[in-house]
Amino acid sequence: MRITELFEKGEFVLTAEVGPPKGVEIDHLIKDAHEFLKTRVHALNVTDNQSSVMRTGSLATCKVLKDEGLLPIFQITCRDRNRIALQSDVLSAALLGIENLLLLTGDYTTLGDHPQAKPVFDLDSVSLIHAVKCLENGYDIAGNAVDGTPPKFAKGAVVSPCSDSVDVQLAKMEAKVKAGCEYFQTQGVFEPDKFMEFMEKAKQFGVPVQLGLIIPKNVGMCRYMNANVAGVHVPDDMIKELQADKERTKSGDVGVEICARLIKECKDYAQGVHIMSLGWENRIPEILDMAGIAPIA
Amino acid sequence: MLITQLKSKETIEELAQGKIVIINCHGCKEVYFPEHQADELQKELSASKEVTQIITTDYICNSENLMLQLKKHMDKINAADTILVFSCGVGIQTVAGQFQDKKVYSCCDTYQLPGFQGVTALNVDCGQCGECYLNGTGGICPITACSKSLINGQCGGAKNGMCEVDKDMECGWERIYRKLEKMNKLDNMKYDVPKVRNFGISKEK
Repeated sequence: MRITELFEKGEFVLTAEVGPPKGVEIDHLIKDAHEFLKTRVHALNVTDNQSSVMRTGSLATCKVLKDEGLLPIFQITCRDRNRIALQSDVLSAALLGIENLLLLTGDYTTLGDHPQAKPVFDLDSVSLIHAVKCLENGYDIAGNAVDGTPPKFAKGAVVSPCSDSVDVQLAKMEAKVKAGCEYFQTQGVFEPDKFMEFMEKAKQFGVPVQLGLIIPKNVGMCRYMNANVAGVHVPDDMIKELQADKERTKSGDVGVEICARLIKECKDYAQGVHIMSLGWENRIPEILDMAGIAPIA
Repeated sequence: MLITQLKSKETIEELAQGKIVIINCHGCKEVYFPEHQADELQKELSASKEVTQIITTDYICNSENLMLQLKKHMDKINAADTILVFSCGVGIQTVAGQFQDKKVYSCCDTYQLPGFQGVTALNVDCGQCGECYLNGTGGICPITACSKSLINGQCGGAKNGMCEVDKDMECGWERIYRKLEKMNKLDNMKYDVPKVRNFGISKEK
């Protein structure tokens, strides 16, 4: 199933991010997905060598999740593959029955664990969306015909509503929509006002947007994100909230409460929620319960 | 070595609007410049458009030298709507940097050839991509000013205006966006088919 069908039905679409392991032991990921996510989110994003750290591939992990009865979203970045490999992997996804894509430019190579690697960036997020659209129309990006019935995907992309240059982000968002993007997941939001302001401007594009959430695990993580992670800003009062009761922060309860509150505050402005739990998948059910979002029927 | 090649006559004619000053750079001997073709084209432009001055000089990549060479033409330049530059990509960026309020357009594509490179200024660089983007980006090169050489806009990696790859480097696309905003040319970022680079022409033409 394509998640665009859910948006079309007016569903509040819930997704969570999982990262393939560095290695081939995937039992833990599958167990967590069944235990905490299967009845709580519609689809699972599978990251593509997240943060430029080499891991098992997104496509193979998507296939494993699909075989387990889960709905995967294949994340594809432009960092490691040229246009030939990207299009080939998109066709491979179709062959394996994977219909949901999230198309990204990707972090730079030097940020990860292979800083010596050659950065590719032959295409970027916008031209990658265009390439997928070409394949759906029966041609590759070079204009050569593709045999047989063309594949059809739900084409997604990302945007940063709390970026310090949100106007530049909106221009890029518009380019993605024009290229054929059908849904957006946002970078982690900690400032509901900024998100709502962003959505007022973004609604003109007529494309569903899922509120992106990162569970704030501790003060150090928030300070690190404020200093280093683009498009993410944890406000001072939220940091104070995490500092107030060290035990409850350590147990994760404060982070869970913050996420639930953000969902409640932003819900009316978003068409879904995307949770990047960074290993805390087990807390996702609580967050959704606290935000008043029932399990999926 | 690098080689500059004129953009198509149609492209250049489209760029030539209002009062026009033309700057040719015959600077370094390592650059092949199509002097004869440029001369012919500029004669034709002069006949059909309002070309107020044609300046032929050298080493416009050096901004001090550039301004010194242009000194005696400043009245014409101040009155001009458009400055057409016939040079390598570095020269065009240097001129665009000096005349922030003018429409500065590139009339050449710059290709790479093996061997010694032309003399280049330190603050801007030309990627010699062979399909010069400067006319759509306010004279700021997305190939060299963006760490990922993106041509369809900013990635999500800029923080406080700085690049995720090099925190001492401003985000090239934020610079381009601000420049286009100032020029009232943000529509340059709106096009129907996304740009895709042609790596087939970038090397050894």
